[in-house]
Amino acid sequence: MKYQFNWSVLWTGESGQWLLSGLITTLELSALAWLLAVVLGIVSGALRTVKFRPLRALATFYVEFFRNVPLLVWMFFWYFAVPPLLPGATQEWLFGHGLEFWAAVCALGVYSGARFSEVLRSGIQSIPRTQFEASTASGLTTFQAYRYVILPVALRLIIPPGTSESLNLLKNSSLALTISVAELTFQTRQIETYTARAIEALTAGTLIYLVLCVSIATIMGWVERRTAIPGLITAGRRRR
Amino acid sequence: MLDLGVIWRNLPFLMIQGFLGFGNFAGGTLRLAIPAIILGFILGIFIGIGRLAPQRWIRVPATLYVEFFRGVPLVMVIFWIWIVVPVVLNRSIPEFWVALSAFVIFEAAYLGEIVRAGIQSVPRGQVEAATAVGLTGTQTMRSVVLPQALKNMIPSLVTQFIVLFKDTSLASIIGFMDLTKAAQVVNNREIRPFELYLFIAVVYWICTYSMSRYARHLEKRLSPA
Repeated sequence: MKYQFNWSVLWTGESGQWLLSGLITTLELSALAWLLAVVLGIVSGALRTVKFRPLRALATFYVEFFRNVPLLVWMFFWYFAVPPLLPGATQEWLFGHGLEFWAAVCALGVYSGARFSEVLRSGIQSIPRTQFEASTASGLTTFQAYRYVILPVALRLIIPPGTSESLNLLKNSSLALTISVAELTFQTRQIETYTARAIEALTAGTLIYLVLCVSIATIMGWVERRTAIPGLITAGRRRR
Repeated sequence: MLDLGVIWRNLPFLMIQGFLGFGNFAGGTLRLAIPAIILGFILGIFIGIGRLAPQRWIRVPATLYVEFFRGVPLVMVIFWIWIVVPVVLNRSIPEFWVALSAFVIFEAAYLGEIVRAGIQSVPRGQVEAATAVGLTGTQTMRSVVLPQALKNMIPSLVTQFIVLFKDTSLASIIGFMDLTKAAQVVNNREIRPFELYLFIAVVYWICTYSMSRYARHLEKRLSPA
């Protein structure tokens, strides 16, 4: 191996700026997609419990179809196939305002929403029905039962798998590079192309992802331990 | 309007070259997914056992391995192997081997965690009983712990296999002619993105959904009545 390391490429020239703007784009993309995913997850999770059959079928279809198809296919679908179907004015606006970014937000958000929906469902389902019955029997209204009995436990149960899914979302945002969103992986490749310093550029990108993921996991692990109810859920057990 | 003719005209290319992997290009979703699942699982078993090893010098590297690969995106791992390994070896590697090794290395971290949880789900008494009847450590692992662990692992294992199957689409980024890349190539010529991407979505969905159905069936059959 005759590779000469030259780490200074990471802070000379425009590299540092590129990495920073890539990191910001990754965070923006992930945050917007996360919000969309949470909303879709809650809505579809709730719809899967209603009595009206067509709505339930629609929610099940959404979860099963979007979850089981590769995100990369959804990226291409939202970027290439959806815009031509939109009305002219919307298309114009999108072409002027970073179509690839919004396509990536939709692809990532809609895909992850289907996965969040499953996390929420298994969280709610793991609470025995008798808990609800006992709360109503002791005189709580339905709202109170959810507010004081069901949700406090369900939310705690959801923290570990929810964290893991959110980290998946963050890592999956790297696929946006395929539709040329200038996020972190894209910028890493750009530095590599401009400086021909492959190992240095990839190390920088990899470390940024690693630090992001490990710190989010650590913070959420701390939240999980802090909010644990003694005797109810084993405190501090890591289930990522 | 929806033009399904585009699918019909390109069906042999999409399915035989893209999905199965027979044709003029190195490609094939199945050709990549099957060895990736098998090899990833084998490496995952070693990682999972390593995570529980009593020896520190095995346990710590295995843990670092898992934590590292679960903290980085798969695309990054693919780029590392694609760009850096040729620099080190001083010669280029075919896309198939780049993609296969990236998937095996990356997924083994996730599969290792599943194996670890599966091993931990086997009651301690089983190991003690196996040792008491005179089995060695390796024999205990192979004929007592792993078979029982495997049964408990099946649901999460199949979920991870489905994830891996979907992840093989990332091989298209480095030019491997899998189903996704085949659809891209056809789309460049025909400009029918809606039909083409929806079609491959359905093909992927049929595969992953039948895998999850089969897992549910297996789970029911194996669970003690």
